[in-house]
Amino acid sequence: MSETLFKNNGVTDIGDNYAEKYGFHDPEEYFHKGAKGLNHEVVEMISRMKKEPDWMRDFRHKALEIFLAKPMPRWGNTEILNSIDFDNIYYYIKPIEVQGQTWDDVPEYIKNTFDRLGIPEAEKKFLAGVSAQYESEVVYHSFQEDLKKQGVIFLDMDSGLREHPEIVKKYFASIIPANDNKFAALNSAVWSGGSFIYVPPGIDVKIPLQAYFRINAENMGQFERTLIIADKGSRIHYIEGCTAPTYSTDSLHSAVVELIALEGSYIRYTTIQNWSHNILNLVTKRSVAHKNATVEWVDGNIGSRLTMKYPCIYLVGEGAKGEILSIAFAGKEQHQDAGAKVIHAAPNTSSRITSKSISKGGGRASYRGLVKVYPKAENSKVSVECDALLIDDTSRSDTYPTMEIDAEDVRIEHEARVSKVAEEQLFYLTSRGLSEDEARLLIINGFIEPFTKELPMEYAVELNRLIELEMEGSVG
Amino acid sequence: MNKSDTIFAIKDIHVEVEGKEVVKGVSLDIKRGEKHAIMGPNGSGKSSLANALAGHPSYSITSGEADIDGKNLLEMDATGRALAGLFLGFQYPLAIPGVTVANFLRSAVKARNGGGEKVLKTFRKDLMDKFKLLEVDKSFATRYVNDGFSGGEKKRLEILQMSVLKPIMAILDETDSGLDIDALKIVSRGINDSARADGGVLLITHYQRLLNYVKPDRVHVMMNGRIVNSGGPELALKLEDRGYDWLNANAA
Repeated sequence: MSETLFKNNGVTDIGDNYAEKYGFHDPEEYFHKGAKGLNHEVVEMISRMKKEPDWMRDFRHKALEIFLAKPMPRWGNTEILNSIDFDNIYYYIKPIEVQGQTWDDVPEYIKNTFDRLGIPEAEKKFLAGVSAQYESEVVYHSFQEDLKKQGVIFLDMDSGLREHPEIVKKYFASIIPANDNKFAALNSAVWSGGSFIYVPPGIDVKIPLQAYFRINAENMGQFERTLIIADKGSRIHYIEGCTAPTYSTDSLHSAVVELIALEGSYIRYTTIQNWSHNILNLVTKRSVAHKNATVEWVDGNIGSRLTMKYPCIYLVGEGAKGEILSIAFAGKEQHQDAGAKVIHAAPNTSSRITSKSISKGGGRASYRGLVKVYPKAENSKVSVECDALLIDDTSRSDTYPTMEIDAEDVRIEHEARVSKVAEEQLFYLTSRGLSEDEARLLIINGFIEPFTKELPMEYAVELNRLIELEMEGSVG
Repeated sequence: MNKSDTIFAIKDIHVEVEGKEVVKGVSLDIKRGEKHAIMGPNGSGKSSLANALAGHPSYSITSGEADIDGKNLLEMDATGRALAGLFLGFQYPLAIPGVTVANFLRSAVKARNGGGEKVLKTFRKDLMDKFKLLEVDKSFATRYVNDGFSGGEKKRLEILQMSVLKPIMAILDETDSGLDIDALKIVSRGINDSARADGGVLLITHYQRLLNYVKPDRVHVMMNGRIVNSGGPELALKLEDRGYDWLNANAA
């Protein structure tokens, strides 16, 4: 971990920042860019361009009605939520006509962007498949042949709907219906892109699949939709990353992600969210774990202006397990309202929630959690640990944990802590020759270690580097 | 500057904590290759002196002088003092959860010697040697710094750090407290092995027993913020025998 930590001589020497590294934008040479604003015509246009079946087009129109009728949530960061101007957003941009199967098929400027973000390199080194979404569409997609032969399906969601309508129709919106919340309704109306994955019974996809989401245009709305189904006894690890250019006005990212873990299967879903500080990231993520299945959300939130996201697991089969491990980094003018939800609806189920947040420079991190244990979920285990680290006196951390335990014989562990980087710890480390910046970083890297150790090594290194960047200028 | 015989010199040091004077004019002159011991009862100001010299922000040195290897210590912050070769063995070492012992030590060695490949290669070999010397298991390297450590493990880690960092001047604050006799012997071996011929060691302790294994050249007795008596190793034995009370008259 420290290999990247001290590549530079302390935090203040780090020259590059988000603007150079991720915050650049490309000229827009798009195949299709509709007008701003949202109405039934826009929804119809999206569905027609995608040549969708009637049931999906109807689903979209109904979802738009729900979106228009539903009030804005009255919790979270209502000030920012109420300031969203839905008429000032592009709901659908199709950058190129045909999706690339090799990077050479992708326009030079888009390929360069993903090169700068390191995607082709990661693909070569340690991924079994890559999906690269730019604005509303997946512009590049690759997947290892031998996995295809074993019957594993990894496609962008639109292709999934076209090529496997029977599976999509069965599971799409089955755990996050359009009326779940205002932003799920919005996504349901205008969704585009995202991933569709099906792993057949007994297949172990040993190498991770990754999707990378890039927003380029100003006032963009990105609404990808992801559906992962792990059939009996199968295993899959999916990773997503995201970045965007820095603009002075807000863009909206509102995804819906549904995971279905059938009997005895395992799904891990890892997110490294590094949106620019003008993105509102309002995402609904939910999963069901059937008998003896395991679902793990590993959720890292570094970027965005506001994130509201609470990955959820329904433990519906006996012996199902769920784990949600999250970190949130809230810097200047950022609010990370993140958390976790677990519903125990079957006996002998177990769950563990570990939430870590770091606030600095006036940033605000909130943990919002719900654990519900239904009466029939006897002999279940619940563990919740929330840890908040405040770097300075102007930053803020809030915890909103809710537990509703209605079953007998449930073992519950719950811990919540708020700490500051202690002067004594800093002195201990500086007395060994580390600068204060280095000492602070080491303490922070240690604090999030339970998270980084769960990431593939390359991502752990990247995450520490991101935190190093975010910490820049926090001292002195 | 000529390489003088003195490695560590402090002159009339006064220390305040929260506005209260706890060290009231202490002077010491430690020559290269020497080990000194400061003994004294609880609350005599020994630890305050040690913390202040290492640059703890809560302990302010209000007057006096302190030089390490001819350089003015008081112009430097805690980091600078460490880089100048000062080491403080903590009485109560801090836990750094999530940071492994190996990572922590590597970071400290890098801060001191740079992160070159040669430095790191030497570090790895060195670390394994010191593990053997201090009879700690290899798994020590991957445990989190002082997190869930027993008292004895914490003190071993302090001396492990000393032996890896090879400071020119080590101040060891009650390194012997909380150790059983076997651990005391091991830790003492570590101190003797790490003490540099061209450097100095200042042992701070309540008890004489550490001094059976780490032989001091000079022993000072501190009471009520001042050094009230100095002598050879025999002074420690006398204190063991008679306690501190006989000195009270002198101190007053």
